[in-house]
Amino acid sequence: MRRDPCRTPPYAGRVTTYLDYAATTPMHAEAIDAMVPYLRESFGNPSGLHTVARRAKNAVEEAREVVAGALGATPAEIVFTGGGTEADNLAIKGTARSKRAEGLGDGVVTTAFEHKGVLASCDRLGREGFRVAHVPVDRGGIVDLDALAGVLDRRTVCVSVMLVNNEVGTIQPLREVAGAVREVAPHAVLHTDAVQAVSWVDVAALVADVDLVAVSAHKFGGPKGVGVLVARNGVSLLPEIEGGGQERGLRSGTVNVAGIVAMAAAIRVTVDRRDREIERVGALRDRLERGLLAAVPDAFVNGDRTRRVAGNLHIGFPGVEAEALLVALDRRGICAAAGSSCSSGATEPSHVLAAMGVSREDAQASIRLSLGFASTDADVDVARDGIPAAVEQLRTAPMVPR
Amino acid sequence: MTSTRVLVAMSGGVDSSVAAALLVEQGFDVTGVTMKLWGGESDSGCCSVSDVEDARRVAAQLDIPHYVFNFADEFDRAVVDPYVHAYVAGRTPNPCVECNRSMKWGRLFDRALALGYDAVATGHHARVRSTSTAFELWRGADAAKDQSYVLYMLGQRELARTMLPIGELTKTAVREQAARLELRTAAKAESMDVCFITRGGREQFVSSRAPETPGVIRSVDGAALGRHDGVSAFTIGQRRGLGVAVGERRFVVDIDAPSATVTLGRRDDLLRDEVALTDLAFVEGRPAADRVLDVQVRAHGTPARGRLVDRTVEYEAAQPRVAPGQAVALYQGARLLGGGIAV
Repeated sequence: MRRDPCRTPPYAGRVTTYLDYAATTPMHAEAIDAMVPYLRESFGNPSGLHTVARRAKNAVEEAREVVAGALGATPAEIVFTGGGTEADNLAIKGTARSKRAEGLGDGVVTTAFEHKGVLASCDRLGREGFRVAHVPVDRGGIVDLDALAGVLDRRTVCVSVMLVNNEVGTIQPLREVAGAVREVAPHAVLHTDAVQAVSWVDVAALVADVDLVAVSAHKFGGPKGVGVLVARNGVSLLPEIEGGGQERGLRSGTVNVAGIVAMAAAIRVTVDRRDREIERVGALRDRLERGLLAAVPDAFVNGDRTRRVAGNLHIGFPGVEAEALLVALDRRGICAAAGSSCSSGATEPSHVLAAMGVSREDAQASIRLSLGFASTDADVDVARDGIPAAVEQLRTAPMVPR
Repeated sequence: MTSTRVLVAMSGGVDSSVAAALLVEQGFDVTGVTMKLWGGESDSGCCSVSDVEDARRVAAQLDIPHYVFNFADEFDRAVVDPYVHAYVAGRTPNPCVECNRSMKWGRLFDRALALGYDAVATGHHARVRSTSTAFELWRGADAAKDQSYVLYMLGQRELARTMLPIGELTKTAVREQAARLELRTAAKAESMDVCFITRGGREQFVSSRAPETPGVIRSVDGAALGRHDGVSAFTIGQRRGLGVAVGERRFVVDIDAPSATVTLGRRDDLLRDEVALTDLAFVEGRPAADRVLDVQVRAHGTPARGRLVDRTVEYEAAQPRVAPGQAVALYQGARLLGGGIAV
């Protein structure tokens, strides 16, 4: 009965319809191929001086150029990190502490529906005595620009507004946010968590408006455990992780060579195909949405449908518990998500939907379906049939009388 | 033909791990589930990340799906809040009974049926037997570990869809099975205390959630013996930690929450001829009023003999008073007939 976890993968051969790209994506074949040489022969530590080290070092610097190009930055502005959360932490804590040390202020502004990596970083700063303001978002999941302008002041040192929301997929008006910040809070740096954006939004076109951008490889076909903070020239940052001084002293620790190389391959593929993918995946998403709304007439969509990324469909089924629905879907081979997952694997109530003013009842009836580069028509067919069937099952469960 | 689909509640302990494993061996279509009932990300006490992880790893070993159900809100509402308010009201609640009633055979049971499962299984030491006419609930084979007392509320509706796979095993046999199956929980220590109180203890927990009223400790003849910080520190029948020095052994014989008065007396002052019950439930119908039953008032207490007349158990010989809020389970030998909560 005992399975050797090092030899037999669990659930080998079970077919699934994967609709959880916002959690993580499969890897692009190009990314897997790109990383293998740096796990095998070119495994060196880039900090060394010998040939094997130099090969690794060169690969990292070439990857830096590719990533910089894809994100509209210069190579010197790229800081490789251990992922999106780490990049958010470095951006927010690193700039706020630096600015306060320079005596420029103590105000931190973010939104009510950021990723936990941003919210927890701001909470930390709050405990260190910073003034932290959470700007409300509207019912459609868009940041309230008037409220933002209202909380900014000349003592604001850091503003963090996400580019794409991780649950409802709404694209935030970053250019307008930047305008407000420049006008009212001249000392503030503007950070954006763009972790959910790279597959769907031309991040490079927006980089000129912001100072810091956080990105994570595993959301666009790269490996987990590697990300980027774009830190524009002139932004001064205090490091979170100190040691050997890698990444210009901003992120010490032996560089994740294979991961970085794979991330570069993945971002190149993603950016090259992005326009076509937005169209293709958007059509799949729209077909799924139409099918579900037709099959379950009282279903409702969360988030502004005109301002969300192509891969996102956040949908609620009144009277159905999302947690039960996810299990019913998993039993049918359909992988979806709801709320945000905690480390125990339990589904926690969504702070995003709460911030949008969605009732607790509706929030607990809502699930996130997210599509991506390997999604197919067949996936939509399975989901379009399977989800209404699961909803129907839960709604008409033969209640055993008490 | 598809096999019976069973949802097994896995706490991360050895009993439920073996329950799941035995069901898999018996050929059932088994899914594991761990209920997250309490707390945030704490790594001690019930539903800690490490317990969930143990359950998940055992499920992976058995190659069965595993889910976590977040019932923390309902648990707080249905179990923890009533627990606190019972203590503040001078009662002695049994949260395991309430958890079984409202969570395992309430929330979890209903969800299992809605998801199309045929039965729910747990790692309780008790036995379900089906006769030609009904389902019966019997004590677990290991008398020292028997948990049928906390299952008194299960009726035909629940028992028809309940599996208790380790009820036939002794605890030693359970551990042997776990070792044979190389389950990672084989040597795990048992949990003993109230699962949601992970540090500090009951008094601290109760007072952190409800205001307490200090009051006086008296003897049965009315003499003031001392003061206390709140009635939740006391249980009917308690004789340790009373905080007053008297010459002879004294027991808590009464708690009056409205006046915050705790009354101490001798053992004889505790004796009662009967105990009134609320929340009565029967496995398969109420036993006849003239039937002599085995009346058990603690998880592993020795039963006394008595009859159930209307809503009151009448003892054959006087028994120490049962603390209000405690479960009173009614047996005939090893067979559970039902029970209620002492008023």
